[in-house]
Amino acid sequence: MTTFATDTATVFSRELRPVLRDPFSVIFSMLQPLLFLALFAPLLPDTGDGSALQWFVPGIVVMSCLFGTSATGANLLFEIQTGSHERMLVSPLSRPALIVGRALKEIVPMFAQAVIIVLVTIPFGFELHVGGALVALVILALFCVGLGSLSYTLALAARNKEWTFWAVQQTLLFPLLLLAGILLPIDNAPEWLRVASHLNPLTYVVDAERALFNGELVSATVGYGLLAAAVVGVLGLWIGTKVMRRASA
Amino acid sequence: MASTMIRTSGLTRHFTVKKRTVEAVRGLDLNVEEGELVALLGPNGAGKSTTLRMLTTLLRPTSGTAEVAGRDVTRDPRGVRSRIGYIGQGNGAGHSQRARDELLSQGRAYGMTVAAARARADELVDSLDLGAVADRVVSSLSGGQRRRLDIAMGLIHAPELLFLDEPSTGLDPQNRANLAEHVRRLRAEHGTTMVLTTHYLEEADQLAERVVVIDHGRVIADDTPARLKAAHAGDRIDLEFDHEHDAERAEARALGIAEGAETKRTGTRLEIRIDGGAQLTPKLLRGFDEAHIPVASVEVARPTLDDVFLNLTGRSLREEITGADSRERAA
Repeated sequence: MTTFATDTATVFSRELRPVLRDPFSVIFSMLQPLLFLALFAPLLPDTGDGSALQWFVPGIVVMSCLFGTSATGANLLFEIQTGSHERMLVSPLSRPALIVGRALKEIVPMFAQAVIIVLVTIPFGFELHVGGALVALVILALFCVGLGSLSYTLALAARNKEWTFWAVQQTLLFPLLLLAGILLPIDNAPEWLRVASHLNPLTYVVDAERALFNGELVSATVGYGLLAAAVVGVLGLWIGTKVMRRASA
Repeated sequence: MASTMIRTSGLTRHFTVKKRTVEAVRGLDLNVEEGELVALLGPNGAGKSTTLRMLTTLLRPTSGTAEVAGRDVTRDPRGVRSRIGYIGQGNGAGHSQRARDELLSQGRAYGMTVAAARARADELVDSLDLGAVADRVVSSLSGGQRRRLDIAMGLIHAPELLFLDEPSTGLDPQNRANLAEHVRRLRAEHGTTMVLTTHYLEEADQLAERVVVIDHGRVIADDTPARLKAAHAGDRIDLEFDHEHDAERAEARALGIAEGAETKRTGTRLEIRIDGGAQLTPKLLRGFDEAHIPVASVEVARPTLDDVFLNLTGRSLREEITGADSRERAA
């Protein structure tokens, strides 16, 4: 008999396998963040000490996770349409494992993409603090798992209406991205925008990523980022599990 | 001793569509014994897929109970799931996956060890002739190859009970024959109990040992194809005459010769329905000859399950299907 852990491992490795078989898909799905990096980074103010790049790169790492992970539900949507999701629902796989395994897999491309972004920017003067970067990726992983789970939940809710999935995903993606201050700092924004930014959990994650990638390991910023990511992670998995249970009851 | 594989009692499922309650399945009582090969036959929307979805734990019954492979579908869905195999209408294999990878993860999903799943996958790849495509991505496989892969996935854990939902829909005749052969072999070699839904009359007729005819969410007939046809539809003798009055005279004569025959006359055509029509035809023709009624042509048709359905419901299943298909295309 299988357990929740073995079931999660089964779903996780099934999801991961196409990525491992075709590693270029990881790069292909981060085309947008790489474009932002190439076309936006040259516009950054020349601060002389390279601090602009130190500020910008962690944001792009988060953006890459955001783009890839928020769209991942499309894979499930497709499997709902083709029938392979149904086949898995008839199998004895635990219902929570069906979503947890999928969501956990998001960590792998996220990690690979972060490594690529860092490697690409080091020649341009990005300074890597390995310890901080690793903690940053742990926090981002928590966020990723939650966001991935929410994306799958959206796919379950949208079911056969593919446009609903993309409409909701796109509508949420850009406000989330811009309000988190990924491309431009929010500091000088009008009051209402700053309030909106503070309500966005992603803001805290981005701030923590910046602190950590710059080697600042222990601070309130990091603590808030960890908390926000953990809340998104737990909430995402909880909602996802609930919806997956209902989808097959 | 054979045990009961499926036992349902008052199995019912309602759907709410636009605030209206649709009774898809109404109080279904069905027993399937170990080793049976049963086809659920009915037009689209008759409730056969809904029944199958309840039996495979994809849908919760509104009321009634169902015990599948000794487990209750509502109280122990996981127990049911681990004992049954399922081949759905769609493609079970993920399109971005490689065929063999999907077989392996399917085996893992049913609690097999990696080694056992690998060995079993090899076995199924061989027996379903998937060797050439096993390491290719599913999306590059042809329809027939994907269907064979679906069968392999449904069989990975060698289930004692296998459900097939409209297994031959969308298959060309060659692949359909291929599928039928696999089903028969499975039955012969492993004694697997099988329940399939179909709206192909020929498929139910040729494949199943027992046909359960479903209409409007209820079982309206349940027997072997041969007995269903014997009980609900006789042979059909189609006669053609040169003149209408010949047909008229022939009808009177036929009723004298063949007791209990049902006749229908349209113009110069005469249709006679009766059991043992093939044996009766020579006698009829002799009778017409004696009365100097010239017969232009004669044809004897064995009854089909469509005749059974027509007799039971007054509607033709064949027409319902073509009608429904064109409605679907229009929608």
